[in-house]
Amino acid sequence: MNRELPTTPEAVRERAARANDRRRRRARPASRQWRRRGLMTAYLVFVLLPIYWLLNMSFQANSEILGALTLWPQDFTLEHYARILTQSSWYMGYVNSIAYVLMNMLISISVALPAAYAFSRYRFIGDKHLFFWLLTNLMAPPAVFLLPYFQLYYTVGLFDTHVAVALAHCLFNIPLAVWILEGFMSSVPKEIDETAFIDGYGFPRFFVRIFIPMISSGIGVTLFFLFMFSWVELLLASTLTSTGAQPIGSVMTQTKGASGIDWGALSAAGVLTILPGILVVYFVRNHIAKGFALGRT
Amino acid sequence: MSLTLEDIDLSVGGEPYISGVSLELQPGSFNVLLGRTLAGKTTLMRLMAGLDSPSGGRVLMNGQDVTGVSVRHRNVSMVYQQFINYPSLSVYDNIASPLKLAGVARREIDRRVRETAEMLHIEHLLERLPLELSGGQQQRTAMGRALVKDADIVLFDEPLVNLDYKLREEFREELRALFNERHCIAVYATTEPSEALALGGHTAVLHEGRLLQYGRSEDVYHRPLTLQTAELFSEPPINVLHGIVSGNEVTFDRQVHFPLSDELSRLMPGEYRFGVRPAHVSLTRRADDDIEVTMAVDMAEISGSETFLHVADERFHLTVHLEGVHEFEPGQTVTLYIPAHKVYAFDRQGAVVHIPVHAGRA
Repeated sequence: MNRELPTTPEAVRERAARANDRRRRRARPASRQWRRRGLMTAYLVFVLLPIYWLLNMSFQANSEILGALTLWPQDFTLEHYARILTQSSWYMGYVNSIAYVLMNMLISISVALPAAYAFSRYRFIGDKHLFFWLLTNLMAPPAVFLLPYFQLYYTVGLFDTHVAVALAHCLFNIPLAVWILEGFMSSVPKEIDETAFIDGYGFPRFFVRIFIPMISSGIGVTLFFLFMFSWVELLLASTLTSTGAQPIGSVMTQTKGASGIDWGALSAAGVLTILPGILVVYFVRNHIAKGFALGRT
Repeated sequence: MSLTLEDIDLSVGGEPYISGVSLELQPGSFNVLLGRTLAGKTTLMRLMAGLDSPSGGRVLMNGQDVTGVSVRHRNVSMVYQQFINYPSLSVYDNIASPLKLAGVARREIDRRVRETAEMLHIEHLLERLPLELSGGQQQRTAMGRALVKDADIVLFDEPLVNLDYKLREEFREELRALFNERHCIAVYATTEPSEALALGGHTAVLHEGRLLQYGRSEDVYHRPLTLQTAELFSEPPINVLHGIVSGNEVTFDRQVHFPLSDELSRLMPGEYRFGVRPAHVSLTRRADDDIEVTMAVDMAEISGSETFLHVADERFHLTVHLEGVHEFEPGQTVTLYIPAHKVYAFDRQGAVVHIPVHAGRA
């Protein structure tokens, strides 16, 4: 952009005329403005309607859900939430899911931190290929690994445990974590490491005291992604468990009672399932774009 | 504590970075590594520190071979061109970290950190985080960390490049004073000849991974052994004129003839390259044997209180460094006087054959 100030009267006039022109063009007729707002509203309605409907149903009695189509609960009730939070067959689904998700986050981050450091700091034979191979792990659909996992875990007695799901989810979460962390680590100058070694830091102490604080936002973003992918994955999680470590997603698919499907409870469970995601997104919202760019700015 | 490099080589991926450098640094000396970018200054420093190991040759400290010893077990410190501090630690903890790791007593740490901070004029910033400071203050913090421990070797890799002009001057003076009382070996890399002269001590001139010359800074400046050293250790680079000596006259480019001055008359007949520093060429005649050339002005650069005048014709290109502000029109003809008693002569291989008798004096 030309930011220099004009020096001659003609130039000043010309500049003012151009600015005027721009302003006139920007000031659109009111109808066009309304059209833009209308589009935006339509889009939001489109996106938020299913979520609203879920919320709506979760506060309605089953008879109302199956009866007339109502835009808001006529007979507001919290019975579904109460049932989910008191019946162990329901809330254990959440406990199980949270248990294996946290386990998986812990395993993935503690494996990925040293791996990402190695990829970002050292050159070794095949480093670039290995790094790319990690990414290809994300491309394979988990269903491919379903059968081998199932049989192997069954044989070693891991079937229907939290560890089983946590380990299975490492399949896609560790490569992801390595990729994101490597980007964040590479943006830390190598001279910091060297200065630390010159000062006499040993590697473990340097890593924990100096290095990890420097990439803390990267670790936060990584944890968010780990949480998200492990939380929403259902195929591996439901196949590798039966009753002892059943995830909430799989509990939800089995709510058919004697009186048919319990729509209200299902909706309430759905609302409770998206809540943790919203909470986590809220905390990392400022760093998430950088995370999507894998730490590369 | 002395540091000796014996025939050091380093090549990375088949490309030579450092070739055959031998250097002996005396205890308590201040050494400047002078060279352009990619001359190998940083690489050589990393080898001295032990951050990299050479692919050939030996590094000796106090006569002891430390070639393969890692940086953690050598007592060195280093200041980088970028401002490198631990962002999560306060300035105090940054400076204290080498002492803490060395297991120095708490009270002693406190005393030394405060002493060092005072020396560097950052005593009022100790509680702050490095990223809250200005560039100059950040670099002072980095220097504090390097100086607080009694390192045997302190390495400065162009530490002032990212600072503004005024701060640089100030820093440079302080730096010399700081090292006068110390007994460690200081190594300082720079691309600027004037900095090497201002810092004094010794200078090693590097070019493309080779050591061209090492000695007291003034000696290297006044008595360059090769044309390359003379060019590198002069800003703007020394003017080079091709000339042929025959009988008692010198012919520049087959056209301009000058009688040989007394000093130059000892040269054997043959082809030479004559060097004259831009600052020595003048607009007025100062001695009878000055070489007089009349040429057209190509360009005049005025920088601060100095003028760099570029004159050229089809035979020569000369740069003249004038004190004060002078205005010239491009194309204007000027008469320049080259003092014959300040002219260097180099043979065709670039080795020096004549050094002005009065170089370094008066």
